[in-house]
Amino acid sequence: MTERCLEIRDLHVSVNTETGHKPILKGVDLTIRPGEVHAIMGPNGSGKSTLAYSIAGHPKYTITSGSVKLDGVELVGLSVDQRAKAGLFLAMQYPVEVSGVSVANFLRTAKTALDGQAPPLRGWASTVNDSLAKMQLDEEFAARSVNEGFSGGEKKRNEIVQLDVLNPKYAVLDETDSGLDIDALRVVSEGINRYTDQGDRGLLLITHYTRILRYVKPDFVHVFVDGRVVEAGGPELAESLEETGYERWLTARP
Amino acid sequence: MATPTTNMSVSHLHPTGSLAIADHRLPSGKEEVWRFTPVMDLIDMFDPNTERGHLAPAVGGQSGITLGRLAVGQGPRGDALLPVDRAAAIAAQVDSADYLLIDQAVAAPIQLDITGHGIDQPTADHLVIEAKPYSSATVVLHYRGHARHIGNVEVIVGESAQLTVVSIQEWDRPAVHLGQHEALIGPGSNYRHITVSLGGDLVRLTNNVSYAGVGGEAQMLGVYFAQAGQHLEHRLFVDHNHPRGVSHVDYRGALQDRNSRSVWVGDVLIRPEAVGIETYEANKNLVLTDGCRVHAVPNLEIETGDIIGAGHSASTGRFDEEQLFYLMSRGISEAEARRLVVHGFFAAILNRISLPDVAETLMNRIDQELAFDKEIQS
Repeated sequence: MTERCLEIRDLHVSVNTETGHKPILKGVDLTIRPGEVHAIMGPNGSGKSTLAYSIAGHPKYTITSGSVKLDGVELVGLSVDQRAKAGLFLAMQYPVEVSGVSVANFLRTAKTALDGQAPPLRGWASTVNDSLAKMQLDEEFAARSVNEGFSGGEKKRNEIVQLDVLNPKYAVLDETDSGLDIDALRVVSEGINRYTDQGDRGLLLITHYTRILRYVKPDFVHVFVDGRVVEAGGPELAESLEETGYERWLTARP
Repeated sequence: MATPTTNMSVSHLHPTGSLAIADHRLPSGKEEVWRFTPVMDLIDMFDPNTERGHLAPAVGGQSGITLGRLAVGQGPRGDALLPVDRAAAIAAQVDSADYLLIDQAVAAPIQLDITGHGIDQPTADHLVIEAKPYSSATVVLHYRGHARHIGNVEVIVGESAQLTVVSIQEWDRPAVHLGQHEALIGPGSNYRHITVSLGGDLVRLTNNVSYAGVGGEAQMLGVYFAQAGQHLEHRLFVDHNHPRGVSHVDYRGALQDRNSRSVWVGDVLIRPEAVGIETYEANKNLVLTDGCRVHAVPNLEIETGDIIGAGHSASTGRFDEEQLFYLMSRGISEAEARRLVVHGFFAAILNRISLPDVAETLMNRIDQELAFDKEIQS
């Protein structure tokens, strides 16, 4: 019996550009167990988002070697939707607008796909409305086109609404805190904490700033520089980053 | 060469209408109005000596309407429609035109089912729809089957009438359908013209409106879905020839597979006397696969600046891979994600049509074709 966890082993990833393949991730190792909160911090261009998108299966990125296992299921080679069905969720830094598809329809279609059957109509509307209310979004958002005309903060809150409704085994949040004002940051953080408070969910939080870590307490902090984890520690590592920044790892590079 | 219209205006975009077939030269494909159309496939359609049959419409929802026939020159036939091309002139000359008269408020949609029975039996029809002042109705023309058909629809919208004309082209392949839909809009009236083009090898509709007096509102909406080898062409002309009219044109189309082609030409002429008018036209195209061709040409001729507003836009975009990734990252399969995006694309128009049956016809058809396409690919 395999241990339940999201296990990233020696992951190498290239981005596909017009001029060829450019290596971005250079051997990432991470293990996220149910109930754990991991934060990945690092400077711009270090490959944090590449890690998130390549795990989720974005076609722009090629996994050249390594493995990503979710509760023993190898994700590498699976289609994007199969990875989600295995239990993975990615909250995006730039959520995409889908014109003419309502939030309610999107959530219902996703829930149906993940569960293999449509959720009972009875109670579904209140499920959606409750999740919207928890993120302080008006009920009318259910009828609006996905992310269309949403403010930056509303898009991020809508990502957490999806996290709440779909309730995946493991969630990767890619800079969900960026672009949020202090009130929105608190609302989003509370949403994330409700998810992790279930106790058996794994969270990988990717961020530039320590600010969100005042609300979402990580069990582990990883410093990410130049496509790999250069240092790992507990919450105290985030605090030292606040003071020193990423300077010492950047200057250590050849 | 500039072609004179009337009222001292010179439109560069529109040939002068004429009832005489001889006034419309056999198209070569070089003419402005024919340059996107594969005219070599249509030679028989332009021959006035071809013996042509009649596609009798099966009419449902008959209460509150009068059906009749009109000979050439018998009013109101000819009050609105002057043929702008050779095919329309041939149809305008048929001995007997169908005549649908609406002189009250008719709640239920008036359904006209028009079914072709073979491509070796060319047909031509001229349908006159007259909505008397203060009447209201929705007329749905539903074309099916096999045909090489020229069908004119001449619409007279009386003062303060409210009329919706829906034309659904759901022909079997390889049907061909040419035609001119022409509406004359009465003062204070509200006219909606909706085209849904899905079937047939070639559909080419010229959808025009002009105004009978001061005021009146025209809304022209359209959706189309072109697949391998299909040519779906919609040419619109709004002639703002009176003050204070309103026109809104909005067409959306999706294309998939090799040699699918759509043409949208939207012309609006604002004549010097058309002060205080308001117009906007838009066309959006969604290209789902390689091998599609889209022509989208908005034209606006403004001969008076004393108007409320005039604008247009046309765009063609590829299927967005980021949308696909986003939807799939929530567990939605690729086929379902494509279906959602295409439905969403058309929703902006379908929500405005507010005819659930029409929306359902379109979406069911599109679902079938998206699914069929998926089967071929896999």
